[in-house]
Amino acid sequence: MKEIFALVDCNNFYVSCERVFNPKLAGRPVVVLSNNDGCVVARSNEAKELKIGMGVPAFEVADLIKRHNIEVFSSNYTLYADMSRRVMQTLATFTPEIEIYSIDEAFLNLAGFGSALADYGRRIQRTVKKWTGMPVSIGIAGTKTLAKIANHLAKHSAKFNGVLDLSGSANLEQVLAEVPLEKVWGIGIRSAIKLKRAGLKTSLDLSRADISWIRSRFGVLGVRTVYELRGNCCYPLEDNPPARQSIVVSRMFGAPVESIEQLKEAAATYADRAGEKLREHKLAANLQTVFVTTSRFIKNKYFNSHTFAFETATSDTTELIRAATSSIEKLYRINYKFKKCGVVLLGLVPQERVQRNLFDKTDREKSRRLMRAVDAVNAKVDTPVYWAAEGLSRDWHVKFRRRSKKFTTCWDELPEVA
Amino acid sequence: MSAGGHHALFEAVVPAGFPSPAADYEEDRLDLNRHLVKNPAATFFVRVTGDSMLGAGIHHGDLLVVDRSLEPRDKNVVIAAVDGELTVKRIRINRRKITLEPENHNYFAQEITAETEFEVWGVVTNVIHQL
Repeated sequence: MKEIFALVDCNNFYVSCERVFNPKLAGRPVVVLSNNDGCVVARSNEAKELKIGMGVPAFEVADLIKRHNIEVFSSNYTLYADMSRRVMQTLATFTPEIEIYSIDEAFLNLAGFGSALADYGRRIQRTVKKWTGMPVSIGIAGTKTLAKIANHLAKHSAKFNGVLDLSGSANLEQVLAEVPLEKVWGIGIRSAIKLKRAGLKTSLDLSRADISWIRSRFGVLGVRTVYELRGNCCYPLEDNPPARQSIVVSRMFGAPVESIEQLKEAAATYADRAGEKLREHKLAANLQTVFVTTSRFIKNKYFNSHTFAFETATSDTTELIRAATSSIEKLYRINYKFKKCGVVLLGLVPQERVQRNLFDKTDREKSRRLMRAVDAVNAKVDTPVYWAAEGLSRDWHVKFRRRSKKFTTCWDELPEVA
Repeated sequence: MSAGGHHALFEAVVPAGFPSPAADYEEDRLDLNRHLVKNPAATFFVRVTGDSMLGAGIHHGDLLVVDRSLEPRDKNVVIAAVDGELTVKRIRINRRKITLEPENHNYFAQEITAETEFEVWGVVTNVIHQL
């Protein structure tokens, strides 16, 4: 039987969770900040329109927040996890085959569900909204890669109203001609640049690319992407293209930073955030690059980077922070006004496939347990666990500290009705 | 709460030839959760503040079981989002209008007009009142 996948993706998931229990937030600009209020991790459409970027540090947008009276929340992972469970549970009533892809996305297998799939998608969308309050977008297609594209279009084009069925679509080519290469699942920025150099512009061009050429330049994974764009399923449920090639957490400072302590704190915070992302995707990194830079517009310019190779791929925040601070010690130069610093994790591998190095002195299992405990604590408490290197003063940092209640998991924090 | 609820596993060791008389009465244990929560994905608990629904037996501090998957009908007690606030009231729906009625003479009924920001948040199925 021909495969049919629906990718269901919650719209601005964290923000939408907050809105379910706080109707006042409807139509208002809302942002949610990361674990330690470091950076923006979710934005309502209204906040996106005000040019609040994804991942920007809170202090960078403090002015915008004040000026537009934007509602700011600290992450409430307890609430988000419970709402995610409810959404997935609702989706599971529509098909026996469901793959939970992330906290806010799931693939459904809709093979054999007839041809009125857009209608079925609308029913799913309506039901999830009614039962859980969560707005979702749904993309339907014959492969996961095409379902991702359908979902992207469903979400961003008003005419589709959140549901787009590309399965059996006669104008698939027209659609692909509008989709830039970077939007294709599994095509990183680097691959997109390579493809563009070779004269390819859109995902339609990619779908028509010569297979042997793709194989020689991008390997078997590239070939699979091309096949998937052509509608030939290469990734069944529970099987996905390998995750991202790198994780980057880098920010401009609100005010120039001159002391090594502040630079270390910044690098440690970014390493912490990068580690969180790493674990979120169940990955481990072999390399960590830290870079620092002054403004390009001043006389006294300096840019440098340092890469640390771990003996064994790691997702352990203590290791990432230790490496980040030692990199800063090598990079730091006195009398420069640093404008930006970043942490890049490379050589990413699935966590469970990490090869233990013979000379590795870290107890992997123990450190993984510690990381899980820290992530769990940070998800539950108001004041997250800070790694000592992150520092406590953090003057380059703004704090908001406004977590909503654990509306669905704590008897003392239930929503109140008058 | 898991989707399937909790099942009490009943295992009676029965000597051959003597079926236990109790085996005939094997049942799940009574599970209040399953009794009150028909649709776990769509069911939420909320806490009552104030006494606007006293006449319906809903007191300050009571716990309400709210099922969002139910379609609100005339005379249901509902949780509604009205101008950004969550409120519990009895809903009256007829062809001409929707009204939210309190059950306490000290409060006024509210008619929903075109200007009201209004949404039924869920239907109240049970009140849990501590004596």
